[in-house]
Amino acid sequence: MSVNGIQVEGLRKRYGEGDTAVDALKGVDMQVAPGEVVGLIGPSGSGKSTLLKCLGAVIDPTAGRMVLGDEVIYDGGWKVRDLRALRRDKIGFVFQAPYLIPFLDVLDNVALLPMLAGVPNDEARAVALELLTALDVQHRFRAMPSQLSGGEQQRVSIARGLVNRPPVILADEPTAPLDSERAMAVIRILNDMAQKYETAVIVVTHDEKIIPTFKRIYHIRDGVTHEERGEGRGFA
Amino acid sequence: MISLAGRDIAHSWGKFVFTGIGLGLLLGVTLTMAGVYRGMVDDGKALLDNSGADLWVVQKETLGPYAESSSLNDDVYRGLLAMPGIARAANVTYLTMQVRKDDRDVRAMVVGIAPGEPGTPGWPPYLVSGRQITRSHYEAVADVASGFKLGDRLKIRRNQYIVVGLTRRMVSSSGDPMVFIPLKDAQEAQFLKDNDAIWRSRRRTEANPDFNRPGASDLLDAVIASQSTNAFVNAVLVTVKPGYAPDEVAASIRRWKRFSAYTRPQMEGILIGKLIATSAKQIGMFLVILAIVSAAIVAFIIYTLTMDKIREIAVLKLIGTRNRTIAAMIMQQALALGAIGFAVGRITATYTAPRFPKYVLLVPLDSIIGFFAVMVICALASLIAIRMALQVDPAEAIGG
Repeated sequence: MSVNGIQVEGLRKRYGEGDTAVDALKGVDMQVAPGEVVGLIGPSGSGKSTLLKCLGAVIDPTAGRMVLGDEVIYDGGWKVRDLRALRRDKIGFVFQAPYLIPFLDVLDNVALLPMLAGVPNDEARAVALELLTALDVQHRFRAMPSQLSGGEQQRVSIARGLVNRPPVILADEPTAPLDSERAMAVIRILNDMAQKYETAVIVVTHDEKIIPTFKRIYHIRDGVTHEERGEGRGFA
Repeated sequence: MISLAGRDIAHSWGKFVFTGIGLGLLLGVTLTMAGVYRGMVDDGKALLDNSGADLWVVQKETLGPYAESSSLNDDVYRGLLAMPGIARAANVTYLTMQVRKDDRDVRAMVVGIAPGEPGTPGWPPYLVSGRQITRSHYEAVADVASGFKLGDRLKIRRNQYIVVGLTRRMVSSSGDPMVFIPLKDAQEAQFLKDNDAIWRSRRRTEANPDFNRPGASDLLDAVIASQSTNAFVNAVLVTVKPGYAPDEVAASIRRWKRFSAYTRPQMEGILIGKLIATSAKQIGMFLVILAIVSAAIVAFIIYTLTMDKIREIAVLKLIGTRNRTIAAMIMQQALALGAIGFAVGRITATYTAPRFPKYVLLVPLDSIIGFFAVMVICALASLIAIRMALQVDPAEAIGG
């Protein structure tokens, strides 16, 4: 398996100090290859969100090592100076709720990230439209988020996560608000996009419907991950 | 890069416009307050301009005739006319009082003007209708702001006057319209007592053995006659001959005639620096309070609007938006709100100013200063919301 994608070794996260310290992550190992979609499942309080925030460079791990693409981003400390730019350029986020910017239309919601990175507006919009076309929502590109269905919003959210061609996408319960059919459609899209754009995708989920679709699953319990082979049933 | 602030405003324009209208009404009040002050200053200048004088000669060591009471004998002007450099000198009296017409009365400054011709110092310099006073008694010229019309009969003290002319922008320093009447009538009006008071005064004089000596009955008559006439005026208005400097002529009057004499700049200083100084401070305090209230309102509105976008801000930060982009978005919205508010306020002030009972003068410079002040206030007011937005944890966008 190529190390391009994301590789995590011995990742730890401790909240607090002394007697009140809580070890949310106790040495997480994880590896997701480009084009691969893995599930991250576990009960509430198991450390899923903490792991996602560490992988997303939103909070500081306490120890461990993370490699993103070909770049060591954390090794006992952050190795990149600008975490904001790291999140913008190297990590795609797909949230439980789409959290689209309500005052931007669909096209600009997706094009915003490259624009923030300094890409000219026209160029950013062209890339965004290409992705929206790949996700089959190009016909709604001038619509405002409030005018979209839940499934359309989630597809736009996925397009936004992919638009900067990040090596990794972190999806936080992306199917939670959707019915079975739409949930499967979203996972299918994530798989298609992962393969098309060679992106490693980590899907945090509780959703029993989609768990059988993963070929590999990381169970997390008490801050420790256990890898297991999934059913990889494909999509109904 | 697209304008996030512009897009947000365009998306929720109704909220911005209505909030801007509310803020604008407050700013309209602020601009009007500034206009009230400017109007007072302009009224003061109009009072000086319209008097047609180069010098005001008043009782020694007083700031008369507008800021303090002043009393001069009505023959002083003859001595002044004999001085070098003086072209014209005319007596004038000022008395602020209620002028009655039928059942209503109007607060006005009654000006007693010396006999003469148009152009005599103290006379209204122009009329908008009717004619100047031509008779020695019982005619009046009124400012249109008094509401009087040609032919109206006015009552000043016990006498009735007919309005023969109307003028405009002839007001006192406090904005009261002027009513011009002949000097003799004005002197009488200033001094005239009711019959009971005259009767009591005569009895008092008669009871005084110094005035009512046996065998000197003429003395008592002379004293009573002197008590019932007024030979005083409030000021003498002087115009200076070409080639003479008003300062030098004023200095000469002070030295040789022992009166106070003020030039136009000195009188303007008295009016603006002393007479309306307290009002100016009062208005200044109002402006400060209104500025603080405006800042608090803008801060509250921007804070609330930002609070409504906490999740979006968390998402923006998570996907890598720079702090300065977020700060700029909030500050631009605050400035846009200020601009909308200022436009509404300026329009409101423009349309309401003429409806105020006193003159409200909206000066373009005040509007320019006001605009920049609003922008600064809005920028400062947005700092609280910016601080709050920058403290938003991007992790809030991720559940758990």
